[in-house]
Amino acid sequence: MMTALLEPCMVIAVLLNFYILSVSRLKMLIVVVAIQGVILGLMYPIVHQGFAPTAEAGLDLIPLVRLLALTIAIIAIKGSLIPVMLNRAVLLADIRSTVTSVIGFVPSLLIGGVGAAIVFVFAQQLPVSPDHHSPLLIPTSLTTVLTGFLILVTRREALAQVLGYIVMENGIFIFGLLLIEAVPILVELGVVLDLFVGVFVMGIIVHHVSRAFPEASTEHLASLKEL
Amino acid sequence: MFSSLSLHTIIHVAVALLFPPLLLGVINRVKAVFGGRRGQPLLQAYYDLWKLMHKDSVISQTTTWVFLFGPVVSLATGILVALIIPLGHASAPLAFAGDVILAVYLLGLGRFFTMGAALDTGSAFEGMGSAREATFACLAEPVLFIGLLVLAKLTGSFSMIDVLGDGVAEAWSGATVALLLVLVSWFVVLLVENSRIPFDDPNTHLELTMIHEVMVLDHSGPALGMILYGASLKLFVFAALLVRLTGLAATGNPLADWGIFLTGTIVVACLVGVVESAMARFRLPTIPAALVGAGVVAFFGFLLVMIEL
Repeated sequence: MMTALLEPCMVIAVLLNFYILSVSRLKMLIVVVAIQGVILGLMYPIVHQGFAPTAEAGLDLIPLVRLLALTIAIIAIKGSLIPVMLNRAVLLADIRSTVTSVIGFVPSLLIGGVGAAIVFVFAQQLPVSPDHHSPLLIPTSLTTVLTGFLILVTRREALAQVLGYIVMENGIFIFGLLLIEAVPILVELGVVLDLFVGVFVMGIIVHHVSRAFPEASTEHLASLKEL
Repeated sequence: MFSSLSLHTIIHVAVALLFPPLLLGVINRVKAVFGGRRGQPLLQAYYDLWKLMHKDSVISQTTTWVFLFGPVVSLATGILVALIIPLGHASAPLAFAGDVILAVYLLGLGRFFTMGAALDTGSAFEGMGSAREATFACLAEPVLFIGLLVLAKLTGSFSMIDVLGDGVAEAWSGATVALLLVLVSWFVVLLVENSRIPFDDPNTHLELTMIHEVMVLDHSGPALGMILYGASLKLFVFAALLVRLTGLAATGNPLADWGIFLTGTIVVACLVGVVESAMARFRLPTIPAALVGAGVVAFFGFLLVMIEL
């Protein structure tokens, strides 16, 4: 049964969240977020198989091919396309290689840990239908969203905030795994595309920020100014 | 039954008293092999202890009784902890409900007196080392406790002989991930508590970044010997915790259990040697971050256990 692989995947995803909160090197941050994306991509076929046992559709190749193509697309976008784009942005916009945090790394890690605890307790109270695969799915998803928010709020650099946005989307993706039966592929692809456009737009913003100021720190954007 | 149990107790005491210095030799040997050297003899720590015990002590005139009390207490607490935790058999000479807490705080007491002895010398350098030791211990102790909490939850007991007893082997099938997380975080605690690279360098004696070594600079002769022996005991205790946590030393065959246990502690020592050879020291500010990280990992393991009840 492949669903046995699901929980280790989610545990790794949560641990990567904690690591993401404590990493200060931008390159490393990009790599870790990419690894998390790849793990999500791997979770996708596992959940899918758990839902539709191949016994009835043993000869039907189309769902299998579709599943494979989707998995490869997710892994390719999250694991290679986005990191490559971000790395290019780092190169082109001449961004500093370290990420700084408004509140410091240890406090944000602690907040992440406490947040995870609250989420894990809270998720127990949620009325979820019993056929959902694992008690870990919702807490993992919410923890990942929370991590994304934390990164978005506490990191000064625009690019790190882009990464926070991606982490948040990863969380939404995990939540989407719950609805894998109901959600058609187009919607799923739409989410990935959304993200893609988001990163694209953010890339442009980062570029402009870094052109207006020597480094792409959002602290310069604190006050509005009329020209 | 009684005779076999007392036999286990005799072996326990003998192993706890005689075995620990060997681990220091194993670590040094692994590091030497990695460095392309032949290294000191495996039994070097025993020779050192023997040598130190026959030396005279030079004691500063500014010190008080606390200075000599430090090594004695840290050695005594080390021995006591080694008698509380189960080794190759799920029994221990000292066992009662709640000894989990006593064991951790005995380690804390030993540390307190080591720091007290360091402060007693009046040296600013040693005071700095004490401050660091206190800071990092504050962060390392909760990690140990959270791990014990996970085990207590899984085994339903608060006694070391159950928490790290034969029940752990069964718990592995139910809560593999949580125990794995505890294992990793405890290994980090082992490195911190025994002042190993990447947290502290046991070989430096003149660096401003060191932690444990700086506290014992003024001790010499038998006192230093006691500190060395106490340190090896502490290493042995933590290695024993890790080996018991794996649940491998619970095959049912007493002889095999002891064999697995002793091999396991040597494997842990080898791992420490590998880590020391392969890693550089952390910068001082990153040490708390790493410890908090280990704590969060252990805490996550605890959450997993709480969820799957």
